[in-house]
Amino acid sequence: MSYRLGLVCEEKSKAGRIFWVIAGLVGLMAILGMPGRAAAQENPYIVAYDHYMEEPGSLDVEYFSTFGTQRGGNDFHAFWMEFEYGATAWWTTEFYLDGQTTFHDSTLFTGFRWENRFRPLKHEHFINPVVYIEYENTSGADKILKEIEGHDVEADNGDPNSEARHDHDHELEFKLLLSSTHKGWNFVENTIATKNLSNDPWEFGYAIGASRPLRLKATPTRCNFCRENVIAGVELYGGLGDRHSFGLKDTSHYLAPVMAVNLPSDWTLRLSAGWGLNDQSHKFLLRWGVSREFAGFGDLVGKMFGGRN
Amino acid sequence: MALLGLSAALLMVSVGQARPEKDFTGNEMAKAPEKWKARTNPLEHDPEAVTAGQKLFGMHCAECHGQNAEGTHRAPTMRSSDVQEATPGAIFWVLTNGIVWHGMPVWSKLPEPMRWQLVAYVKSLGLTSKDLH
Repeated sequence: MSYRLGLVCEEKSKAGRIFWVIAGLVGLMAILGMPGRAAAQENPYIVAYDHYMEEPGSLDVEYFSTFGTQRGGNDFHAFWMEFEYGATAWWTTEFYLDGQTTFHDSTLFTGFRWENRFRPLKHEHFINPVVYIEYENTSGADKILKEIEGHDVEADNGDPNSEARHDHDHELEFKLLLSSTHKGWNFVENTIATKNLSNDPWEFGYAIGASRPLRLKATPTRCNFCRENVIAGVELYGGLGDRHSFGLKDTSHYLAPVMAVNLPSDWTLRLSAGWGLNDQSHKFLLRWGVSREFAGFGDLVGKMFGGRN
Repeated sequence: MALLGLSAALLMVSVGQARPEKDFTGNEMAKAPEKWKARTNPLEHDPEAVTAGQKLFGMHCAECHGQNAEGTHRAPTMRSSDVQEATPGAIFWVLTNGIVWHGMPVWSKLPEPMRWQLVAYVKSLGLTSKDLH
């Protein structure tokens, strides 16, 4: 028994170490500064998506945290890394690594996701659609709550890690992202449909949001925390049941003011405080994130593999 | 694990994809609808517009178009006759809509006044000596 426990602990700490080694390498890359610079104009949303793609050839490395309160269990801190790459001006691909710490329990690596977003239209329109396809391979202990779908409720996250980690989710997730920009405001509406690759029914969810920079005109001088660099907004997201029981019954919903600061040094800081809107929701989700854009990443990799200039 | 491998392979393919083509700007300016071409820059007489536009250009555009807008292997110069002879409205239209199939992203995520500041800066550059002759 103690031998088995020892193995589990070793496995857990190994997973945690892998996550932090990757995070450390990314941090090192960021500090050393890869070539090229392009200050991002990132939106403040953490769950919702707008229609803007990553700039072609740029790699955006992002770290996010979610602190969540948990009734009937221990509070948790879930975290994930995103590697978002602009393959073309109409295709963005993104790889995620997820993990979590449940207080008074353990720290786990909980899986990975691979996301692709495609922009089908050539020009800007009043409403701009983007097609989103994601594959998820995560364990039942995953708590990043990057999207809420189906009958996802707070009680799902109350199990101890030792039990939850034995469940596995292989899911395909589809989203239709609709986004409009008008007079500095951005409005987004995302519809989510998810199919677990086991025999579970289709699940549905939504995310909507609105945001605006605090100042629409740029000042002539470089500044960090001036109003033009700050985008504030709000997002609302939740589940819509599944194919057999579509609707709001036994679903969770959140309302979250969001804010992003786009620093001229290519770093973006994000903060979101989310409140659960019903008894099925976590009472409070505090999320924050930091990201850095590496312009010219595609060129750099191309050169490493002897590609074109 | 196989999926992870597939993801990595596709990511490598996508890295090779991210290469904007070069000579498209002039054509795109010409494609701007007449209504857009006719628009004048509301910040034309704003004394700070060019400086602010230069700052924005350095932050968002210089990576591809070069620090002095002289062009790079990724995107063309902004000092060519195609650009300098285009109306402010046409430049604003290209900036807003991007040239998505040729690698230039849409920049409508920058608020309208910032896009006009960029237009003011681009128009202030003038032609290169090569284009003058």
